[in-house]
Amino acid sequence: MFQYQESIAYDDIPVLPMEELARSVIERCRRSWRVVAFFGVPGREGTELVCILADASSRLLDAVRAVPGKRFESLTPLCPQVHLFEREICETWGVQPVGHPWLKPVRFRPQEGGNRALRPGPAETAYYRVDGPEVHEVAVGPVHAGVIEPGHFRFQCYGENVMHLEIQLGFQHRDVEHLILHSKDNLVLPLMENIAGDTAIGHSTAYCTLVERLCNVQPTRRAHRIRRLALELERLANHTRDLGAIGGDTGFLPTSAWNGRITGDFLNITSELCGSRFGRNLLCPGGVKWDVDSMLGEALAKRVRAAFRDARGSVDVMLESSSVLARLTGTGVVSFEDARALGLVGMAARACGLDTDDRMDWPLSALEQGPLKKHMRTSGDVLARTLIRSDELNDSAASAEADLHFLAATSGEEGCRTPMPSALPAGRLAVAMVEGWRGEICHVGITGKDGRWRAYKVVDPSFHNWSGLAMALRDEQISDFPLCNKSFNLSYCGHDL
Amino acid sequence: MDLRLYLAHFVLALVLAPLPLGIIAKVKALFAGRHGKPLLQPYYDIIKLLRKGEVIGEGTTWVFLAGPVIAMASAVAALALLPLGGVSSPFAFQGDFILCAYLLGMGRFATVLAALDTGSPFEGMGASREALFGAIAEPVLFLVFLALIGTASSLGEGALSLSALFNGFPVTAWMHGRPELVLLIFVMGVLLLLENCRIPVDDPTTHLELTMIHEVMVLDHSGPNMAFILYGSAVKLWIFSTLLIGLVIPPLPFPAQAAASLAGTACIACLVGVVESVMARLRMHVVPALVGLAGSVAAFVLILTLVR
Repeated sequence: MFQYQESIAYDDIPVLPMEELARSVIERCRRSWRVVAFFGVPGREGTELVCILADASSRLLDAVRAVPGKRFESLTPLCPQVHLFEREICETWGVQPVGHPWLKPVRFRPQEGGNRALRPGPAETAYYRVDGPEVHEVAVGPVHAGVIEPGHFRFQCYGENVMHLEIQLGFQHRDVEHLILHSKDNLVLPLMENIAGDTAIGHSTAYCTLVERLCNVQPTRRAHRIRRLALELERLANHTRDLGAIGGDTGFLPTSAWNGRITGDFLNITSELCGSRFGRNLLCPGGVKWDVDSMLGEALAKRVRAAFRDARGSVDVMLESSSVLARLTGTGVVSFEDARALGLVGMAARACGLDTDDRMDWPLSALEQGPLKKHMRTSGDVLARTLIRSDELNDSAASAEADLHFLAATSGEEGCRTPMPSALPAGRLAVAMVEGWRGEICHVGITGKDGRWRAYKVVDPSFHNWSGLAMALRDEQISDFPLCNKSFNLSYCGHDL
Repeated sequence: MDLRLYLAHFVLALVLAPLPLGIIAKVKALFAGRHGKPLLQPYYDIIKLLRKGEVIGEGTTWVFLAGPVIAMASAVAALALLPLGGVSSPFAFQGDFILCAYLLGMGRFATVLAALDTGSPFEGMGASREALFGAIAEPVLFLVFLALIGTASSLGEGALSLSALFNGFPVTAWMHGRPELVLLIFVMGVLLLLENCRIPVDDPTTHLELTMIHEVMVLDHSGPNMAFILYGSAVKLWIFSTLLIGLVIPPLPFPAQAAASLAGTACIACLVGVVESVMARLRMHVVPALVGLAGSVAAFVLILTLVR
């Protein structure tokens, strides 16, 4: 076990027999531990499986590994939260989880000239199917009516009721993890910012934090504050847009129209920080590239306040409309038990009553928490996910404004970029967990003997949460799918990597 | 003279029919803080579509092509049975309300068949919804007719045609101690929103196929056939506006009543725009409850007229 801010030597991770690893993971997941990443690393005696476990109550991480050979006994029947990790391991490393209840491709497409049977393209797979008179199947996508990313959804319907929804993604697969290992150093950060375009700051924060933990470099408090400011601005923009989109899907015109404009206000504030509306090129390992001077800080604080006032008013109009509340209440419920078993993260998990928020559970810095609080709901429906967004708007705006005032007042007292060593230390592992606006972004990096990446694992919150959406649709009306989908608003490219 | 006047009104209605759609869009745009598209956009759309080519799915038959034409023709025929601008229809006869209701029903039937003909799961879903909502809306419409007929017969007028029932008669009846007819305005309002697929029943502007009712049935149509569909639904909105106006406008001298009904149609379009701007859509399984509410109000009015 190790502290989450530290890196450990990769060779110190105990190599357990596979049964031992499975027992340890299953046993700890029954208590307060969670699997944050489970992936393969090429080793001398074949693929090593590394599992990173986290316990928020003691703020401890643990890493275990095993060398299972060609197959291993699947953990999924006893520990459902690893189901997608195991499917991923199977198709990436060819190690088969025997007894996996639903072994299907996650995202693969054939390599050039590869065997299509061994590596099928995205969504080329058998689908779960309900048979019977009056049961019908509706397939949506991967090409959609709106301008959104590709994903394939299959509904097994009985009349208007959905008995089962199956989600097949993978159309956006770019092999990001492979690219990270084999890119030039100056291309890695832009790659991170493009894992999920709407979470550029979240993913770049995770990457920078990971590199700093490996190199044992601590950025200045000012750098941490600018990072937190950027992360909250990203949250503000995305929550505002999502609340508008939820209004749009219920047919509630005013909020839908206004929030589109207000989202732009928040994005423009981010662009004043670094020149990109999505926060690209702001962070770098060791700190941030652009400081905030006192004039900019005060001006942006005013703009945050104004944009927040508009957003608050617009969202309140929606939340005070009884017709909207009637539409949202009780729609797309995910139970606490399902959310915990599937390992949901972030806002979707908090809407089901799960006590998880990486900003408080795994703080990135020693800065005071300020106005940021954990917001939880217990109903697990679309309304809960809407209200959590609405509550977080208040906190994020207050936090961003306070940080801007502080940065303006202390301008010039401290630098915001700490020099980094030229190479990564050899043979070490570190973990970075960042609460992006969707939820926990987890990056795990392992360096090789040459000080280059030996393995790099990215877990976007969407990776966990897509199965939450599938659960939300059980016994739900098919006409409520777009609304449920918007209430999760998951990333396709973050999942597909 | 009456015939010529009626024809003039009829042509005017056919020409103005797409205008309310433009008014609704304009009102919604104002609520959203936008300039919105031009008031005449529905006309531009129809003209544009008429000049376009058409894509017809390989699996479809003549049913697919007949749907829009039948729907539009039956809507125009139904309009011809209504009293327009205070002038009785020359086609009026005792019991023509049944023909009117089933002309609309025929249009719906043709649209549903055309949707099923495509074989698309989306369109099948939309067809099933349209058929369900059509089936529950029909008895409510007849309850409204029956309540009016009941009132008319108890007031000693044997009116059994739309031209007699919706030509200022309801307002005269309120004045003669039949205030319960006011409730029918609410019922007709709900029917107008339901039959024309407006919020809170359906969202005509959504792009989400899974939530659509009417729009999803016409996804495969394009070009001139799409123009027929657009125009047919515009005429249908005009029909329901005329019925609703018939409940509120008293019998007036000639030019006044014609002007009042045109103004009324515009007002209704504005109201629909306001409703769409300030309300969210209902969950789909709640829609039957809304229609049920309208139906029970209509039944209540019918009972009141009968027990007098």
